[in-house]
Amino acid sequence: MVFHWLMDPHDARDAALALRLADDRDGGFEALVQDHLGRLFTIALRILGDRSDAEEAAQDALVRAYRALGGYDDERVRELRLRPWLTTIVVNVCRNRTRIRRVSTTELGFDPGAEPAVDPVARRDARDAWGALLMTLPRAQRIPIVLRHVDGLSYSEMSAALGRPEGTLKAQVHRGLAALRDALGDEAHDPREMTA
Amino acid sequence: MTRLDPNPPVGSADPGFAAIEAALSTLAEPAPDRLGHEVLVRVGLADNYAVVDSPLGPLRVAWNARGVSAVDGSTEDRAFEQAFLARTGRRASRTDSLPPRLARAVERRLAGDRRARIDLDLRGSTEFEQAVWRKALEIPRGEVRPYGWIAAEIGRPKAVRAVGTALGHNPIPLIVPCHRVVRTDGFIGQYSLGGPQNKRTILAVEGADPDSLEALARSGIRYYGSDTTRIYCMPTCRDARRVTERHLVQFHSSREAAAAGYRPCLHCRPLAASAAGAA
Repeated sequence: MVFHWLMDPHDARDAALALRLADDRDGGFEALVQDHLGRLFTIALRILGDRSDAEEAAQDALVRAYRALGGYDDERVRELRLRPWLTTIVVNVCRNRTRIRRVSTTELGFDPGAEPAVDPVARRDARDAWGALLMTLPRAQRIPIVLRHVDGLSYSEMSAALGRPEGTLKAQVHRGLAALRDALGDEAHDPREMTA
Repeated sequence: MTRLDPNPPVGSADPGFAAIEAALSTLAEPAPDRLGHEVLVRVGLADNYAVVDSPLGPLRVAWNARGVSAVDGSTEDRAFEQAFLARTGRRASRTDSLPPRLARAVERRLAGDRRARIDLDLRGSTEFEQAVWRKALEIPRGEVRPYGWIAAEIGRPKAVRAVGTALGHNPIPLIVPCHRVVRTDGFIGQYSLGGPQNKRTILAVEGADPDSLEALARSGIRYYGSDTTRIYCMPTCRDARRVTERHLVQFHSSREAAAAGYRPCLHCRPLAASAAGAA
């Protein structure tokens, strides 16, 4: 049973989309791409830190989603929570890509001396600087931070997407935020200076 | 520079993180323009197309992940896109060139290499149409077969006219060589890709001289035989073309050939044509 009036607008829209997909995979999929491509691209971009990698990851995720939908029966499609479901897929695609490419900086702790591009004040584009700063976080913190604070998922959705308890995720997000704050340096670089 | 709202955003667990959280919430990036379209192409819900040179001039070749979906002689993008949308229900978007692997395969196929693998997206067509098109794919470059031959070969010997209609609806001409199918009386006949003159042009390029084919048709000759092998063929069959003039025998019908003690060629299977022709 789906109670649209109890849902936030995202959920209501996704529930309607899931119904449409159950009815017509192909017609519904075009709407799904329209609704979710931007956020999947953003998630991939902020996890991978590279635009062309992110384009490929977002594409791969949606192609996988399409194939999966083709294999599910209608009932399962109707019940899908699309936001966490698609998030699981794109995060897995990103993890596989980083595993293959071994992006060395992503697994290291923050070391401002080792990575000059990380210095946010030196970067003209504040969003790029924030993106680069995110890349200094270990993946275990970066992924929950991206999902919570860039994409805006709830902890319940994140828990569904990542298969981890909410408490664990809250702790990871907290540690990640603390690491970002430390990286910025409370006195030297007021985070306000990084907002465009 | 925009000053941040001093109040922490709703849901922040720690007011000390408010500014960081606010900055993070601005990091959404719109996906690049073509990305959504490319996703749909990769699952076969939209198509790309590019202009490709051919003996018939520039052609528009469309494809998606399932295969090539159109070869079209339209001279304008808009006209092509509208016709494509009307036929398939999908949007086609122009790109600079075919993907390299597909480009090579199309080039090889147009040069007569039937082994060049090209997947075809034939959604929206009937089983009968697909059977006709698949059969046309078996006709080698430089050879032709009558409509009736296709009809008989796919087990529908009486459906000669329907075969003609199906070939007229071939969405992927040249790659599916419907130009190699001619009238049952041997004349060249109609062509969906720009009319009969184009059909003559492409047959000539492939080495099947349309003028001699029609001269043969006018004289009522349907088959060539070899008096050494006692086998008879369609006139353009590669086996018939190997027969020297001294040993070449001409027949007006398969009955005449059979009466003379000749058996049909196993490559071009002329009996199929005569079965349908007689029907």
